Amino acid sequence: MANLLGWIDDRFPLSKMWNEHLAEYYAPKNFNFWYFFGSLALLVLVIQIVTGIFLTMHYKPDGELAFASVEYIMRDVPYGWLIRYIHSTGATAFFIVVYLHMFRGLMYGSYKKPRELIWLFGMFIYLALMAEAFMGYLLPWGQMSYWGAQVIISLFSAIPVIGDDLTLWIRGDFVISDATLNRFFALHVIALPFVIVFLVIAHILALHEVGSNNPDGVEIKKNKDSNGIPLDGIPFHPYYSVKDIVGVVVFLFFFSVVLFYFPDGGGYFLEHANFIASDPLKTPEHIAPVWYFTPFYAILRAVPDKLMGVGAMGAAIVVLFFLPWIDRCKVKSIRYRSAIYKVNLVVFAITFVVLGWLAMQPVTGTITIMSQLFTFLYFAFFVVLYITSKNENTKPVPDRVTS
Amino acid sequence: MKKQFLILLLAIFPATLFAAGAGVHLDKAPIDIYDKDSIKRGAKSFADYCFSCHSAKYMRFNRIAKDTGMSEDEVREMMIYTRNSKGKPTKIGDLMTVSMTEDYAKRAFGGAVPDLSLTARSRGADWLYTYLRTFYADDSRPSGMNNTTFPDVGMPNVLWELQGIQKAVYTTEENDGVTSEHFSGFETAQAGSMTAEEYDAFVADLVNFMVYVAEPVQTERRDLGVYVLIFLAIFFVFAYMLKKEYWKDVH
Repeated sequence: MANLLGWIDDRFPLSKMWNEHLAEYYAPKNFNFWYFFGSLALLVLVIQIVTGIFLTMHYKPDGELAFASVEYIMRDVPYGWLIRYIHSTGATAFFIVVYLHMFRGLMYGSYKKPRELIWLFGMFIYLALMAEAFMGYLLPWGQMSYWGAQVIISLFSAIPVIGDDLTLWIRGDFVISDATLNRFFALHVIALPFVIVFLVIAHILALHEVGSNNPDGVEIKKNKDSNGIPLDGIPFHPYYSVKDIVGVVVFLFFFSVVLFYFPDGGGYFLEHANFIASDPLKTPEHIAPVWYFTPFYAILRAVPDKLMGVGAMGAAIVVLFFLPWIDRCKVKSIRYRSAIYKVNLVVFAITFVVLGWLAMQPVTGTITIMSQLFTFLYFAFFVVLYITSKNENTKPVPDRVTS
Repeated sequence: MKKQFLILLLAIFPATLFAAGAGVHLDKAPIDIYDKDSIKRGAKSFADYCFSCHSAKYMRFNRIAKDTGMSEDEVREMMIYTRNSKGKPTKIGDLMTVSMTEDYAKRAFGGAVPDLSLTARSRGADWLYTYLRTFYADDSRPSGMNNTTFPDVGMPNVLWELQGIQKAVYTTEENDGVTSEHFSGFETAQAGSMTAEEYDAFVADLVNFMVYVAEPVQTERRDLGVYVLIFLAIFFVFAYMLKKEYWKDVH
């Protein structure tokens, strides 16, 4: 064994990579609950890729056959139902895990210098993930697949001058059709997974270059022992590998409860209308995007003008990219930041959830006014943050991590 | 600030929930997906009353045999009356299609007859259970029938011999000088061969079958889930102990 390893190491940096990223990657010893979601996001990515491969073996990306092929997977393929439900539940799990992972970044200032690139790579992953999920949702070719895609793609037509040609180019037809289904399949199965995997590697490499942040927002590399090992650091493997296994088991428990007992999530994960085959001539009564897009959809609906609405929705996502520069406070962790920041962040989190809920309601006067109020609050978070973070009234940050 | 927000939320949510909940009242379907006898009775009713016009084209006959414990011959006897495109009797492994063409359906009922494989998942069991019990006589409709759950539905009440014929009863209300009619319930105009209780049980069996057809694997899914969760619970104990052991020397 040792000989084989030596043989490989002479030709490929296997031991070097193992050490750099696992056995001699020193992570702060004070990670809390919120630090499970990074490794869980990686787990869900692997689950989606593996189940996706098996689904692709039986799925037919054809306007005439797609819907029936999904039912074929659900009924005739041995354990096809399990693979399909893991994949559909995985989409929801991915967004839950990623949202919590991003919120962790906001709480502990993980996007701040020197980790701006980690945040940017992460935001691009989030963007690619939204595209991946959106295109994946077209594939079952049910009514909500069809009309959801119709609504979202038509948003591009709001862009002046090139709008109509752009939507035509995206769809490959004048309406959502077999051509759209085929290209979305190609993008969902090949292009975007490649992009996501590449970005995840960049995200992790950037993280391991500067080292992990922690709930105290203390740079552990500032205090090293005589061997150059951070005093507050512990090797990722075995300490965090065994700890993350516990997180994985707990996650899989909740995942399995949904998978085996609520696979359609009461109509929120698999929408009721999506059990009707797509019909270009019949619009469903109530078109709502899947839950993970709803906060941004609420912002879109809140603005009366279509172009402005699309602009606001785009801005709601783009503004997140700039967080490392909007937040000018030198202190990273919420533990040592001002009450203003704490309140601002709590309001932001509530706003995000309420916006998501609002988008699932049929449009009424009250809902529109509320959407406008909460859209205002969404953007207010960034404005308040920019203004108040410059000279924030922070508490002293300890030199070493607290446990 | 935080408290004020919670108060605001609490103040707004019930109002909007109320506004959104203005649909038709649905009765809870008294079904048990583990009751195989009920599914068998429902399969028989489905074959007798629905399956001439409605397909269940994602479902195979032999799946029903396998899942309910009936023999393939029993299912053949109960459900298969058709021949396939080669003129041979439909095979037990075939999909549950019907011979009615879309063109014929349009002429007879004014529209295509929907496939019923997934109706229990798109409409819900409660909707089906309510819908099949809310037909009433309405001379203004071509079939002489209408439905309070699905107004102006194209389908006639094919179960009228069992249920009898109901009439809708309206109460007249006067509010600020404006009179309006409100639907208040049904009364029997002509008795059917079943009592109301028998008919409700009949519909419940039929709905149970349709819920089964919409996702044949659902009992297996739930049963498998128990083992997976038990495994994960046990695995958790070991994973947690392993973590504790390693982390003893982290201070």
